[in-house]
Amino acid sequence: MEGNLRNRIIKDKIFKGAVILLSFISLLPLLLILYYITRNGIAVINWEFLTQLPRPIGEAGGGIYNAIIGTLFLIILSSVLSIPFGISAGIYLSEKSEGKIAHIVRLCVVVLQGTPSIVIGIVAYMWIVGPFQGFSALSGGVALSIMMLPVIIKTTEETLKLMPYSLKEASLALGVPYYKTILKVILPTGLSGILTGILLSVARITGETAPLLFTAFGNQFMNYNIFKPMDSLPYRIFYYAMSPYPEWHTFAWGASFILVVVVLGFNLIARGIATKWKVQF
Amino acid sequence: MESPVLAVEDFCAFFGDNQILKDINISISNNLVTALMGPSGCGKTTLIRCVNRMHELIPDTKVSGKMYLKGEDVYAMEPIFLRRKIGMVFQKPNPFPMMSIYDNVIAGYKLNGLRLGRDEFDTIVERSLKSAALWNEVKDALHRKGTFLSGGQQQRLCIARALAMNPEILLLDEPTSALDPKSTAHIEELIVELKKNVTMLLVTHNIAQAARVSDFTAFIYLGELVEFGPTEKMFTVPKDKRTEEYLTGKFG
Repeated sequence: MEGNLRNRIIKDKIFKGAVILLSFISLLPLLLILYYITRNGIAVINWEFLTQLPRPIGEAGGGIYNAIIGTLFLIILSSVLSIPFGISAGIYLSEKSEGKIAHIVRLCVVVLQGTPSIVIGIVAYMWIVGPFQGFSALSGGVALSIMMLPVIIKTTEETLKLMPYSLKEASLALGVPYYKTILKVILPTGLSGILTGILLSVARITGETAPLLFTAFGNQFMNYNIFKPMDSLPYRIFYYAMSPYPEWHTFAWGASFILVVVVLGFNLIARGIATKWKVQF
Repeated sequence: MESPVLAVEDFCAFFGDNQILKDINISISNNLVTALMGPSGCGKTTLIRCVNRMHELIPDTKVSGKMYLKGEDVYAMEPIFLRRKIGMVFQKPNPFPMMSIYDNVIAGYKLNGLRLGRDEFDTIVERSLKSAALWNEVKDALHRKGTFLSGGQQQRLCIARALAMNPEILLLDEPTSALDPKSTAHIEELIVELKKNVTMLLVTHNIAQAARVSDFTAFIYLGELVEFGPTEKMFTVPKDKRTEEYLTGKFG
């Protein structure tokens, strides 16, 4: 009896130890990535690096200013394109959660979420790059907005489904029309959840490279025109890393560092909003 | 005798093929509390929801018969205008969580886009909170979120929100079922106080509550209106055998 109990305690300890060890190992890649990027990248980060354009081959120096601005443009562009559709679809799914159309929409969202980003890039190429005869930030924005959609739709739906029915009743019983109830009561109450979803989807697309290769393409120069090719951080990293020059390789690390910081920043803000603005019922 | 605030005539309600209410006839007079009591599932909540047509949110419902609010046919009106004339308080307190106490009280105006001056809103908020016996507790915290209040205070806030619209009738759907005894007593005192100015229809499954606060009581059983009359009379000399059995706890 005694020995049996001791055995169990030992097994319990082994199990606990194994779980802790394995979860730590699973975190290791992330820590290593952060370590390498910081070690190799932090050295090149300075004001010039952030505010200068890439230099032509053979010339020393240069930076990633146009890539930062380009990524910002692409984020804004894809957000403007995807947020209205995403939130509307999320509202629809939470309001009409039964029924055939909702079922089909939900299935499409799952499929869209699983679609490889390069395929989405090809579609954007066919839709925009072909007819407009040239690479453009717009086509990149379209590709990225398609990638944002499933995340926004899902989080909006989940957030709104958590709203108690009594809230809607309270509004309708005051004589507030249905559409105003949704827009002025349900949506504002779920705002923190929806914003979190948007930020997470932005974090997701900020680092996307594949769909940008043949849509926004990249641009060595500064460009504010969304109908012209535009640079982005992931593309600039790719370009610098593929070059044969050691200096540009360190630039790639530096740009990676900035990109990781930006993505991490979005994630942290999303978490902050989710906890701080949490609505209590 | 003056005309009733609410007149219900041969009213039936169906959910799909199920008949929930059978030929209900009730008339509710001004500034009185009328209690609807009966066992769970008897249709009392359905009846109260038919008054402001909230049952229409549930698909596959239909009704027959007539209902008049101050002489106007309830089912000929636009639901949104009807609901602005009828206040409703629900089982669970449901203040709007993203709004302050102040905004909660005038939510009926704000959400409907009815614009009034700052002073007018201030007056409405103070008057409504005073009538809901909440003013003294919250007058220094009007711009805090309504969800910081206790359950009983939240329910009084919801009553204030309904009163702010100057309703013809106030529907109370088991307003104390989610509250502790002390808050319940508070709400009951409030109901008694309010009836000086407001007509109320109170759904309750608590017999004692009906006895304590109501002037008239309707006993509904299996969708039928078994008995309707002055509370005192019904609780002392019930006419129907089923009422007597329910009141003495033989079923329900």
